[in-house]
Amino acid sequence: MNFDLSEEQRLLKDSAWRYGADHGDLTAWRARVERGEGYDAASWRRMADLGWLALTVPEDDGGLGAGPFETMVVAEAFGRYLMLEPFVSACVIAPVLLSAATDEVRARLLSGLVEGGVVVSLADAEPTSRFELNRITTRAEVVDGGYRLSGEKSHALDGGVADWFIVPARTAGADDDEAGVSLFLAPAKTEGLTVVRSRAMDNRHNASLKLDGVVVPAENLIGGLGEGFGLLRKAVDHGLVARLAEAVGAMDAVHEMTLEYLKTRKQFGQTLGSFQALQHRAVDMAIACEEARSMMYLATIALSDDAAGRRKVISAAKARIGQTSLYVGRQAVQLHGGVGFTEELAVAHYLKRLIMIDMAFGNADHHRAALVECLKPGAVAA
Amino acid sequence: MNLDLTPEQLAFREEVRAFFAENTPESFKPRVRAGMRLEPEEFTRWQRLLHARGWGAPSWPKAYGGAGWDPTQLYIFETEASRADAPVQFHQGLELIGPIIFTFGSEAQKAKYLPAIVSGDDWWCQGYSEPNAGSDLASLSTRAVRDGDDYVISGQKAWTSYAHVANRMFLLARTDPDARKQAGISLFLIDLDTPGITIRPVITMDEIHHTNEVFLDDVRVPASALLGEEGRGWSYGKVLLDRERGVTAATTTRLAQQLRGARQAAAETIIGGARLADDPRVADRLAQFELEVMALEAMVMRTMAEATSGQDSGPRASMIKIRWSELLQQITEYWVELQGYGAMAFAALDPDETPEAWPAKGMVYSRVTSIYGGSNEIQRNIIARRALGL
Repeated sequence: MNFDLSEEQRLLKDSAWRYGADHGDLTAWRARVERGEGYDAASWRRMADLGWLALTVPEDDGGLGAGPFETMVVAEAFGRYLMLEPFVSACVIAPVLLSAATDEVRARLLSGLVEGGVVVSLADAEPTSRFELNRITTRAEVVDGGYRLSGEKSHALDGGVADWFIVPARTAGADDDEAGVSLFLAPAKTEGLTVVRSRAMDNRHNASLKLDGVVVPAENLIGGLGEGFGLLRKAVDHGLVARLAEAVGAMDAVHEMTLEYLKTRKQFGQTLGSFQALQHRAVDMAIACEEARSMMYLATIALSDDAAGRRKVISAAKARIGQTSLYVGRQAVQLHGGVGFTEELAVAHYLKRLIMIDMAFGNADHHRAALVECLKPGAVAA
Repeated sequence: MNLDLTPEQLAFREEVRAFFAENTPESFKPRVRAGMRLEPEEFTRWQRLLHARGWGAPSWPKAYGGAGWDPTQLYIFETEASRADAPVQFHQGLELIGPIIFTFGSEAQKAKYLPAIVSGDDWWCQGYSEPNAGSDLASLSTRAVRDGDDYVISGQKAWTSYAHVANRMFLLARTDPDARKQAGISLFLIDLDTPGITIRPVITMDEIHHTNEVFLDDVRVPASALLGEEGRGWSYGKVLLDRERGVTAATTTRLAQQLRGARQAAAETIIGGARLADDPRVADRLAQFELEVMALEAMVMRTMAEATSGQDSGPRASMIKIRWSELLQQITEYWVELQGYGAMAFAALDPDETPEAWPAKGMVYSRVTSIYGGSNEIQRNIIARRALGL
């Protein structure tokens, strides 16, 4: 049993934290947000230079072939420094999905992705799917030389800055069958596709899609026809666990800020931190941070298991980190008082980020219900 | 002991119910239901509507232009407003300074200020908190120095909600720096267009401009701006703070709006042919909120009945403030959970696409309710010290 980072992972972590600290100026961050920018294009290029965008891309495809622990380390820095670049969508989820694409598509998209020129977003959710990944009503039918897609997708994460979407669509089966799901690549600008962009409370640019007979060539099918669900689940698991690392990074940062405030802010002639009621709150936040970090490690380790083994641990981790992170975020605002409620301190932005991470890929409540299924007698043992 | 209303009270309920049904603008309702505040001009529009009906100041005595209602009538009024998704009136003039003016003000101040509060012509903001005087308000350091027939006021105020909209401000300033903490504080009524006042907007996490910092740089006001006596401002201010908690009791009736919104979201969300509302886990959560709101409403009813018969309610107002803010936060959070990804769009990026983000905005806004008006930590201190003898 060993929870230590390797020497190389530690160096990556140091470099990512240093980058975040050097480029994490809140005033510049807010100015960018107010200009309506989804993320900092210059930062994205520098991240490409640092090799982060190539991290999980296989070496044969021009990447670094790193695993979930390297992803965890970088994603934690994204959370800690509120970085808005679409790292998880483009560099964690997309490479898993593209691994099953044709050689030609991989060569084209992955090289662009590694250089920072291409952003790919997964459009997994639908207006009536809620958090159920397998509930897919978007249809794909075979046409001459390719496929025609019709349906609606809701709030694809980072979809507002995407050049390409990966669209799960049903080619067979009932609405919630795992079998019969196929994965298609669709460019953001193509006939029949309407992309409605929106800004979430964490200032990420997401998008809803209306697919009205979007035709894609046959080579845009990823994996076998009707056999995409396993890969979709795997990609979402990798993305979800990376989001958990982001949450843990954000939790630690906002807890540290709160401690600093408690130690310096004076009311009634003493520091806030000298009041026992507030000390205990800060301690409960510290416990929440420790629980969340522990769950993040478990979930990251579980990514190497088979699908059945992953299920239980990942749902438990998503639920517990959702619960603990919202507690920490809300208490951080509360303990800061009025200033914590403004856009002028980072505290409020951390809470809003944590709310959105909880919602991504199913919230705590959804994953606790999923855990109920895993715990039923006769369920596949973890 | 009973919950019966008299025939007069029942008739009154029909009257206000009919008024709200007829007059509540549809455009207000989605925001009101989400616990959001309206835009300032909408608040004024609402105030004028009520004023035209003679209900501009429900809690004031008739002599000052109020409706002259007793607390039971007030409770009926607020409950019916809640039922109709009608907004809470903007409270700073009506509840925070008006009663001080008619209790402690001069005849000239009463004549000058009270009618314009009731009619909605004046908008007042509260200059109390400062960067270093929040929970510890009595440590405020804004100074007012007597100079001939004037006072000259200098300092900085924080969390001055709607200073950018208001034309008048009531503020606490220190007139005697040598007196004991609370004893040197006086209350002033000033016009915001007086030279020397600078207002800086502070945007809050719901991305709305509600509040401001106000800088006072040698602001010269006539001695008649002083309310009551020099050095007594803190005692008047404490009446205000108590009243602010009373306002919260009225606000509590609005929790039914948020709960209704969450129920509706559960009923309208259909996953695989099944309504979310029929999921036993969802029904269970909503039932839990229902019973907690019911307990709180019963506390409010007791408080209003005691107020009608002139009994002391002890620390219950502080308890209601704590529970109301906690429930508002939890119910709006759950409402957003029920909306799921549908709550993710906070703002549109493409023209002609306005997301219905009110529950999410209401949820974010609700974070401030456990901070303002005496944070929930301060409320707990008050209960522990004053009521429990700890």
